[in-house]
Amino acid sequence: MTVLTPQRLDGALAALAEDPSLSVVAGGTDLMVDVNAGRRRPRALLSLRHVGELRTWRRAGDQLVIGAGVTYAHLLDPRLAALAPALAQAARTVGSPQIRNTGTIGGNLATASPAGDTLPVLAALDAVVDLASAEGRRAVRLDDFVTGPKANALQPGELIVAVRIPVIAGPQEYLKIGVRNAMVIAVASCALVVDWSHRQLGCAFGSVGPRAMRDRRAESWLASEIDWHARRARSTTVAERFGRWMSETVSPIDDHRATAAYRREATAVLARRAVERVLA
Amino acid sequence: MTVVDDRVAATSDRTDRAGRVGDSPVRPDGAAKVRGEFAFASDMGVENMLWGCTLRSPHPHAGIRSIPIGPALAIPGVVAVLTAEDLVGTPVYGLISADQPVLASDVVRYVGEAVALVAADHPDTARKAAAAIAVEYEPLPRLTDPAAALDPATPAIHPDGNVIRRMAVEHGDSGAGAGTVVVEGTYEVGTQDQAFLGPEAGLAVPDGEGGVDLWIATQWLHHDRDQVASCLGLAPEDVRLHLGGVGGAFGAREDISLQVHACLLALRTGRPVKMSYPRDESFVGHVHRHPARMRYRHHAGGDGRLVKVEAEILLDGGAYASSSWAVVANAARFAAGPYRVPNVVVDAAVVRTNNPPCGAMRGFGAVQVCFAHEAQMDKLAAVLRIDPVELRLRNALASGDVLPTGQTITGTAPVRECIEAAAALPLPAPAQPESDEWLALPGGVGRTADPRRVRRGVGFAVGYKNLMYSEGFDDDSEARVRLEGGVATVACAVAEVGQGFVTLAGQIVRTVLGGARAVIAPADTTSVGSAGSTSASRQTWMSGGAVLLACQDVASQVLAAHAERRGVPVQALRLTEDGRIVGAGADGGDIDLTVAEAAGPDLFEATAVHRHQRTVPLDDRGQGDADVSFVFAAHRAVVDVDVDLGLVRVVQITTGQDVGRVLHPTQLMGQIEGGIAQGLGLAVMEELVVDDGVIRNPSFTDYLLPTIADMPEVLATCIEQPEPGAPLGAKGVGEPPTISSTAAIAAAIRAATGVDVTRVPVRPWDLI
Amino acid sequence: MTAEVQTPYELTVNGRPRLVEDALPTESLLFVLRERLGLPGSKNACEQGECGSCSVLVDGVLVCACLELAGATVGCEITTVEGLGKAASNGNGESDPLDLPDMLSDVQRAMVEAGGVQCGFCTPGFVVAIHDLLARNPAPGPLAVREALAGNLCRCTGYGRILAAIQSVVDARTDDARTDDARTDDATTDDGRAVDVRVDGSRTS
Repeated sequence: MTVLTPQRLDGALAALAEDPSLSVVAGGTDLMVDVNAGRRRPRALLSLRHVGELRTWRRAGDQLVIGAGVTYAHLLDPRLAALAPALAQAARTVGSPQIRNTGTIGGNLATASPAGDTLPVLAALDAVVDLASAEGRRAVRLDDFVTGPKANALQPGELIVAVRIPVIAGPQEYLKIGVRNAMVIAVASCALVVDWSHRQLGCAFGSVGPRAMRDRRAESWLASEIDWHARRARSTTVAERFGRWMSETVSPIDDHRATAAYRREATAVLARRAVERVLA
Repeated sequence: MTVVDDRVAATSDRTDRAGRVGDSPVRPDGAAKVRGEFAFASDMGVENMLWGCTLRSPHPHAGIRSIPIGPALAIPGVVAVLTAEDLVGTPVYGLISADQPVLASDVVRYVGEAVALVAADHPDTARKAAAAIAVEYEPLPRLTDPAAALDPATPAIHPDGNVIRRMAVEHGDSGAGAGTVVVEGTYEVGTQDQAFLGPEAGLAVPDGEGGVDLWIATQWLHHDRDQVASCLGLAPEDVRLHLGGVGGAFGAREDISLQVHACLLALRTGRPVKMSYPRDESFVGHVHRHPARMRYRHHAGGDGRLVKVEAEILLDGGAYASSSWAVVANAARFAAGPYRVPNVVVDAAVVRTNNPPCGAMRGFGAVQVCFAHEAQMDKLAAVLRIDPVELRLRNALASGDVLPTGQTITGTAPVRECIEAAAALPLPAPAQPESDEWLALPGGVGRTADPRRVRRGVGFAVGYKNLMYSEGFDDDSEARVRLEGGVATVACAVAEVGQGFVTLAGQIVRTVLGGARAVIAPADTTSVGSAGSTSASRQTWMSGGAVLLACQDVASQVLAAHAERRGVPVQALRLTEDGRIVGAGADGGDIDLTVAEAAGPDLFEATAVHRHQRTVPLDDRGQGDADVSFVFAAHRAVVDVDVDLGLVRVVQITTGQDVGRVLHPTQLMGQIEGGIAQGLGLAVMEELVVDDGVIRNPSFTDYLLPTIADMPEVLATCIEQPEPGAPLGAKGVGEPPTISSTAAIAAAIRAATGVDVTRVPVRPWDLI
Repeated sequence: MTAEVQTPYELTVNGRPRLVEDALPTESLLFVLRERLGLPGSKNACEQGECGSCSVLVDGVLVCACLELAGATVGCEITTVEGLGKAASNGNGESDPLDLPDMLSDVQRAMVEAGGVQCGFCTPGFVVAIHDLLARNPAPGPLAVREALAGNLCRCTGYGRILAAIQSVVDARTDDARTDDARTDDATTDDGRAVDVRVDGSRTS
């Protein structure tokens, strides 16, 4: 039993190629909970803590490339937050300062929880996930990366290296319902991003289905109900109607955190409020 | 072991009066705690130690066909595996009746019941070994509906039957109430957990001669010792318990958990054995607050004066009895609230089910009925169009009144003063958060709030309960004080669980034995007799009283010795209230010196046992002088509610609390704020979700405790009317903050939303 | 190049190199600190990152030690509660209790004096988190304090006295005179009148 701590990405990929059964750990905020509880007993671990390349971000033209090892705390950095406001808003709601200092966006993607806080934002932005193995790289659309609740498209030997989102000119909103003011798993969440330049928008919901949910017909309708020049809704009922539409699209479940009926109603309210805020 | 020494308190510059009763000296174990050097039971360890682990039932109700321990024993590092077959002493234990098996033998009655024990050289090995024991269970029908448990046709799930206790409180004329206004309601309180942060933990060390020493985090050392000795088949003197540092209790450590288990493993292996529960095991490893269903009918005249209160109360006690017998008696006695009610009819029962066992939690039955009776009072106020505070003032109990048990309140009962004080404290400013001050809105940094859809509500509630134990329980506490060379050592077996008894003991010493430095000896079962339980808000009264008596005895001895040394009659000297000996000397000069100075290097010692006045059991109509004293508190809550999402922010809580006498202002405020936090938790976020006998959320991920971001501003006024019969005139302060704070928050939520909240905790979907 | 962490390995804790032997690679930093390095100050209230009682600094960053793989923190500077305040006199981590009051950091002293310590189980985590907060933000506003400490649960105090302790440290560090001291602890009477005991009353948020 060993813990490998590579300093570079190629070293990490080489180790994974040699032993694809290695348990990969970045921030540890998901894996270590299971390890401490005895639910998982990894034979060997690969820690990405010291792989500096993964902990950086850069702007490449109209794209933001965020390394998989970027923490939630790092997403709150004002320079990054200015380029991805909804991502920063989502990061602020994750756990606690301790969790935000170590949990990573790559971990959020890999865990692929239906309640993952960054996932609705990434979905609304049509994010692309960059994967790498010793054999090469590939890019996967978020929709194809998160395949179901807690299921992802990683192949043996692959690591998430970055996630790419567009830098867009326009307002972004992230709203998340929790019963307590910190350390809550989302009961329902909504991410809305508006692109004034391209007259487009994306709206995704978390914790109301197996994966972050979008309804592109609803989005098209909403876009058509916006006076893009004046940057407001064409009528006072648009926001509410959009909310109603989305509440019928989502497929929430009953669980110990909330009822399906509440989640459905909450979807309507969050969607409406998000739209009202961006079109205010 | 952490030494608790008064020089730590005395060197603080917080007060120049060296911390007597009424001051706020720093707690003597505080420095060690902030440095991480205070030894909690879960921090203890010794050489050659093994780790113990418990295998627990996954079924709410099942027969056991076999427990194959072979695979566990085969794992390298495992030293012992024990089952019920290995028990040599009494195989059952319990707080009031011994109805719970040490280890299950032929049946398990709740998810989490202990079935087998493992000792190994690494905690993960022990856990793996426990998981390797594939117990053969035969699932049985599970009894999870408390109403069904009341039905005599339902098969008994325990030889003692399904009804643990059913009782009545009937006072006045049950037929009274004609021509009155009547309001009815059915109310529900969910299962709250004490959720102390320090996990269950203990270290058992065999002495090589058949006996054992146990370091344990607990609430009552001597009662634990007696149960452990009985279960081990040992004489009490062969089982010695020492208090390991306790990380909070709130009632959850009244029942024994791992005490017998650790000792069994230690005696079997001949090695020290440590057990420390991880959090998910802790959730099933201790009792919880009784969930309750209550139906009430209040009758009042047009002027709001209560004529009759009827209540049917059903508590779910879970699989084993614990302290249910006493909890239901509390619920029954305090069902009508702190009001003059000439006619009372209460039918209260606590039943056995295959749900998780319930027992003591801060507030002990009074919390549940307070939620109900205060909801009823607000309903009455609405129907009669009387201000809710005024309605309560009109009916408030006072000293000299007769309670529904027929007992007259002979002590203080400043209910009016509590209500008026809570109401008089200033309301918070209207919500006007700046942009990005999301924490000032419901929904917090989740950014869900629309300020136009936030409504503010104000709610009020009053509650009360007993202090000390009741119904004829003969309670006492023993303390020994030894003064030598200016140092007064206090031996008292009080379980310090965070409440600050170690501070108070030093204050008493420094008050009575002026000039002495206090050292609080570690608590154990061998140095001194029982101090009773740290519960029922009783320690200040009972053990503070014992320490006080012992100090007073020592002071008298010192005075007598000093009189003799100075050649004056004893009557020529007297003890002052600040610990000095004064009087006239033989030569006509003045004598004025501290007790410590007068004692000099000589040894003075006294042991005192403090008892309270007698109480009697209740008769079959719930009548009798069953209680020693009563304590009252009122709360006002202000909440903001997002009415579209049902999210609640508690903005402010004020309280007027009946304290008798303020002994330590800072520690008192800490008890008030801490208790209100637990009341807030029960109001809006804390619930063990039990689904057909299975706890769905046994972790801090989903059993939500209030964080610092959830706690509101708390303002408190303490009402000081010294309680006759209480040492120092002080009443216990730990429980009152939990009793009516939940009800006040629920009332505020009703006011903000117009929703008839009949259940706590309130969930968002209850409000939209 | 890939570095393999074998047992034994060395961690740098509170400025000193500490050898870790016979450890399972899956052990958390919390477990190693408590059970192998004789540093039980960090606590194990939940071991799932939901309570903050195990808060430590790793390379100056506040994290939960229970979620850190010990073997992955080789090469990092680890600071625990035992590393704040003055070092213990006897090198075994045990302080003479009589020396303790002089060995406290200002945060530690304030927590004790303001009544922010009851059972004490959450206390080390709070001490570390408060040190971290004030190092990054010397004069945090009331909401910022709450957001920064929302990962540290306390079950005993209701947080009021902890907030008072923090405020006293902020004030002392910025050398402000405290003008709104609402403490009235000498207003005791024995004639049954209500007494206002507002002790360093909680700040309005």
